[in-house]
Amino acid sequence: MATDGFLIFENVTKRFGAHAAVDGVSVGVQKGEVFSLLGPSGCGKTTLLRIAAGLETPDEGRVWLDGEDITDLPPERRRVNTVFQNYALFPHLTVAENIAFGPRAAGWPRARIREEVDRMLALVQLTDQAGKKPRMLSGGQKQRVAIARALINQPRVLLLDEPLAALDLKLRQRMLVELDLIHDEVGITFVYVTHDQGEAMGLSDRIAVMNRGRIEQIGRPAEIYEAPRTGFVAAFIGDTNFLEGRVEEHLGDNYCRLGVEGFPDIECFNDTGRPPGEPVCLSVRPEKIRISRERPEPAPHVNVVPARVADAIYLGTHTRFWVRVGRHRVAVWQPHARFLLDERPIRWGDEVWISWHGDDGFMLERFSGADAALVATPPERIGAANGGVAP
Amino acid sequence: MRRSRWPPVVTAAVLVFLWLPIAVLAANSFNRSRFGSSWEGLSLRWYRALLADADTWRALRNSLVVGVGATLTSLALGTSAAVALHRHRSRLQRLHYALVYSPLVVPDLLMGMSLLVLFVALGADLGLGTVYLAHTTFCVSYVAMVVLARLQDFDPSILEAARDLGAGRWTVVRRVLLPLLAPGLAAAGLLAFTLSIDDFVITFFVAGPGATTLPVRVYSMIKHSRNLPAINALSVLMLAATFTAVRASRRLLQEDRP
Ligand SMILES: Nc1ncnc2c1ncn2[C@@H]1O[C@H](COP(=O)(O)OP(=O)(O)O)[C@@H](O)[C@H]1O
Ligand SMILES: [Mg+2]
Repeated sequence: MATDGFLIFENVTKRFGAHAAVDGVSVGVQKGEVFSLLGPSGCGKTTLLRIAAGLETPDEGRVWLDGEDITDLPPERRRVNTVFQNYALFPHLTVAENIAFGPRAAGWPRARIREEVDRMLALVQLTDQAGKKPRMLSGGQKQRVAIARALINQPRVLLLDEPLAALDLKLRQRMLVELDLIHDEVGITFVYVTHDQGEAMGLSDRIAVMNRGRIEQIGRPAEIYEAPRTGFVAAFIGDTNFLEGRVEEHLGDNYCRLGVEGFPDIECFNDTGRPPGEPVCLSVRPEKIRISRERPEPAPHVNVVPARVADAIYLGTHTRFWVRVGRHRVAVWQPHARFLLDERPIRWGDEVWISWHGDDGFMLERFSGADAALVATPPERIGAANGGVAP
Repeated sequence: MRRSRWPPVVTAAVLVFLWLPIAVLAANSFNRSRFGSSWEGLSLRWYRALLADADTWRALRNSLVVGVGATLTSLALGTSAAVALHRHRSRLQRLHYALVYSPLVVPDLLMGMSLLVLFVALGADLGLGTVYLAHTTFCVSYVAMVVLARLQDFDPSILEAARDLGAGRWTVVRRVLLPLLAPGLAAAGLLAFTLSIDDFVITFFVAGPGATTLPVRVYSMIKHSRNLPAINALSVLMLAATFTAVRASRRLLQEDRP
């Protein structure tokens, strides 16, 4: 086993016809953590989850649970339970009978089943709905039955497939908090599939960002956001500006100088040791950039660039500016704290200065045009990549 | 815009057209007269004559034996066909579907004749056995279609959820699949039974001597009986039984929809 952990996927591949839905995935989920699989629709999250549940057999690779190879075990013999995307409750059984399904199949004594069902009903706050059929429940209640029905079996790992996707926004936020509380209470390892970065950020100990059947990056939510390792991760999680250029020279202290057409020299952190001459794509998040009328005082590693405001949208918490630098458009998000603002508000057409610290830039490989369809705000809409969009 | 008078009038005309013959028949079954042309007062005479007729009782018994047998066999075969059609998708399954579906649109005359030719070619003795086989043949298609519709109605991930929760294949069938299919199975069974009890054309071809079912008996009564109006009484009873069965099957299908 190259990877370690409690639930381990080792080089797992699953093809449907010629198309690899999961493509050589290796990842180890630690005991007790909430581990999210985050990625756009169709990237293979559900397939990977179904492989863990035993509902799908991988074409290549192994799956390990607590040191045991479970690749060939049928679903009913795995100590893993799933909360299905569409709940998949048994329509002919009541809430209590739905929850008791697993224990009955396992042949628990009656008294113990009753006791555990009551405990689960209390955990998900459905005690007063125990006798109802699923069709009489609201979406949020069905969701909680599905969770209780899985948890009562005391699985080693609970698999959740977009459990909140069918709920409206308010309910989603509440259920997210409840899921967090339930996880704290039962302490079971969760593998949580979602396409919603907000859910993944809020709930997870660690996130694996998936794209086209592969894992692009694994890390804590802050790592994923603050230090994306690929262009896809940078654009899928939050918004970012992409500037294409090349490494000009190393400056020592792990910094280097970048050349981007239309910009003065740009300084950027370079811990990956990219050699001079290498073409790179610089990613800078819009909220890491300051905008001001006055030229900021020079400071070490801070980039200061003159620009002209092309667009501005007031959004309450912040204003979104789009400024023009040469032929590039750069997005800048400026909060409204008084001490950050100029004496006169910045308006359309104003000459301004934008500035950011070299540590806030990341040099990534080129963002593939095919991935643009998968992210909420494709780079060419937010910033200046791929030749920039000049209105 | 003013509403036209015509739709209600046309509707009424169609309903009269549909139900008048049945109403006349029903009324005549209570008519003392031997001839339907005149009303001679209310009477249960033809019902009494019918119930006293041993041949009719034998025909009823034959019909019930064939009906129950064909229903049970076609339920087993039709359900497995439906499950197979539902579970696996392939080009061969499309052919399978066409083959299961087509008997529903093949004319009875053709079915009856081809079955007769087959039985004769095989040297089978025509009798209740061949009637039972013939009825099973066409009932299978109806059962398969009703059960398939029910299967398509429910979410296949329910079966996966059951296995995920630790149920083996047999437990899934017993605790999830069968309970969910039960209303569909009951409806399909009632439908098959009704079709079997009702069938004349196919039965006429493949029934040997002594294998007279109720519809065939009605036919021979028309030709030979001195108690002609007893047919009216018999028809009314069959109509009532059929209605009850169909109503029950519809109730079962509507119940328990998620
Ligand atoms: N049973 C299947 N047959 C054929 N293709 C499938 C099947 N299940 C999934 N796929 C394909 O595999 C890819 C990944 O699907 P899925 O794992 O459901 O993605 P996600 O859950 O991330 O949206 C998709 O392109 C999907 O069309
Ligand atoms: Mg999915």
